[in-house]
Amino acid sequence: MIKEENKIFKNLYNDFGWEIENSIKRNDWNNTKEIISKGREWIINEVKSSELRGRGGAGFPTGLKWSFAPKEVGSRPHYLVINADESEPGTCKDRDILRFEPQKLLEGCLIAGFAVNAHTCYIYVRGEYYNEGKRLQEAIDQAYKKNFLGKNACGSGWDFEVYIHYGAGAYICGEETALLESLEGNKGLPRLKPPFPALVGLYGCPTIVNNVETVAVVPTILRKGAKWFSSIGKPKNTGTKIFCISGNVNNPCNVEEEMGIPLKDLIEKYAGGVVGGWDNLQAVIPGGSSMPLLPKNICETITMDFDSLVKAKSGLGTAGIVVINKEQDIIKCMARIAKFYKHESCGQCTPCREGVGWMWRILERTAKGESTYRDIDLLSDVTKQIEGHTICAFGEGASWPVQGLLRHFRKEIEKKCTGTPIVKKKRNVPYLIDQHLLEKENA
Amino acid sequence: MSLKEVYNEQPNIFKFSDKNQKIVDEILKKYPNNNKKSAVMPLLYLAQKQNDNWIPLAAMKYIAKFLSIPYINVYEIATFYSMYNLSPVGKYFIQVCTTSPCLIRGADKLVKVCKEKISSKERKLSENKRCSWMEVECLGACVNAPMMQVNNDYYEDLNENNANKIVESLLNDKPLKPGSYRGRRNTSPEKDKNLNGNSSK
Repeated sequence: MIKEENKIFKNLYNDFGWEIENSIKRNDWNNTKEIISKGREWIINEVKSSELRGRGGAGFPTGLKWSFAPKEVGSRPHYLVINADESEPGTCKDRDILRFEPQKLLEGCLIAGFAVNAHTCYIYVRGEYYNEGKRLQEAIDQAYKKNFLGKNACGSGWDFEVYIHYGAGAYICGEETALLESLEGNKGLPRLKPPFPALVGLYGCPTIVNNVETVAVVPTILRKGAKWFSSIGKPKNTGTKIFCISGNVNNPCNVEEEMGIPLKDLIEKYAGGVVGGWDNLQAVIPGGSSMPLLPKNICETITMDFDSLVKAKSGLGTAGIVVINKEQDIIKCMARIAKFYKHESCGQCTPCREGVGWMWRILERTAKGESTYRDIDLLSDVTKQIEGHTICAFGEGASWPVQGLLRHFRKEIEKKCTGTPIVKKKRNVPYLIDQHLLEKENA
Repeated sequence: MSLKEVYNEQPNIFKFSDKNQKIVDEILKKYPNNNKKSAVMPLLYLAQKQNDNWIPLAAMKYIAKFLSIPYINVYEIATFYSMYNLSPVGKYFIQVCTTSPCLIRGADKLVKVCKEKISSKERKLSENKRCSWMEVECLGACVNAPMMQVNNDYYEDLNENNANKIVESLLNDKPLKPGSYRGRRNTSPEKDKNLNGNSSK
């Protein structure tokens, strides 16, 4: 369990006020000038040795990412872009940071911007978070008024401008290169990598893209020291993290805890337990909808950190925990998630564009009990055809949850796959066929 | 992405109001001189706000000309992003989140309420033309599920009963307050309450 003094986001529920005066009381902007005066190298090394890993889903070491930015500014300016396009189902942590701890984010932006040689920072807020963006703008204005941002920000000698850019309801813009495309005024279609944004990013300039939570914890790390941060949690999975516990729990909530806390503790101690008791638990999605679900027996012992969850063939992702109890039809739940991905696929890569709809249709009719035994293998095959064959990780995000379902709930699916195949004779077709599409009305 | 219907009765001209033109100038300042195209999304949003929450084709043409980019570029952006409405919506535009975390906490009941009270079909205006509704994907308030967004505001921790009251209030043009409908503090855990009937023990 986390000690109260180790919590970074003390105002997660807005108990103490979000305004800049209150944030300063909570130690924000305390010795920012001093931190910056220690220089770029020191900041990046300190973040590296704190072993902070990105909080946006992929868990990439933040210090390492920053070190990819060119050391000297060439003919093109550098940019810092903050990803506040939080749309992963099950995740709502960045919203609380934007609303109640905006100064932590802004101070982090200044330090990160300095570390990667950027004078300009864009915060990409999802369009639906209109009120949160408005709040953030107020916070930015307050910080400008106190000279914490702008020319000679915080007396550090570094000029730093922060702008908000709103998205307009596209999940794919949470992918960093799609976000940059969107920021440039295009459709949010992910780019091929390499080149990575650190070298060719926004407007073709070196750009570092970080998640809100990642940047917001940096000032506290630098203030309290990398050792303090790395002493919390587990090796390589250090620090604290905001967990969002939603779904069939008695008291759904956001909570900051140490990395590596047992999942059962989170559910029982903070979220008031599973509705109907622990025995009524069916499955848990541990890291936002893109991560494969875990059945009850794994949930008993699993700890919430990047490496343990990867070992269990899932992932920490954004740490959006969705609890599903036995009253829910697990296939229906996953069919709805598949529908989400069908809706949000940008359509750039064929395997993803066609595959996500395919997965949805199969799951949908499986939930209705209209599938045949052949559909199970077909479904499994479709997920494999998407995974690894797309430009961005959306393909994996869409196919992993279905693979998780097949891995842990195959029996439940088999029970439902009782229909007769539409194409009865075995035809010799060299490619996959979605039988559903062979029906007249769908042809 | 979702299919969008372009409204068949289009105004011929569109121009930003003087007040909005000032906002446009402010928006343009955010982006480097050579990259004014970046402003296309905020400008579309502003146009939508000015035009009763939907974007006419004339506005897209105006923005394209204003930013010196091809009309089709603006059009494809307006159709790619789901928050741009290309046909009229109600004064109160209700978006019900129905993605899994909300669904397993009863979002389907909110949809039922909307169907009964507003209109049987998504995006169709209510009889008094004040409201319209649609199902949307995750709105990022999962621990406050089920929830819905009315214009810019989030109504959280709902059930069938208070969703009914909220929709009723919108239809009567006297909107109830947004926020949590279980009186809780933002996303904090509710202690000593077992709101779903069963305790964990």
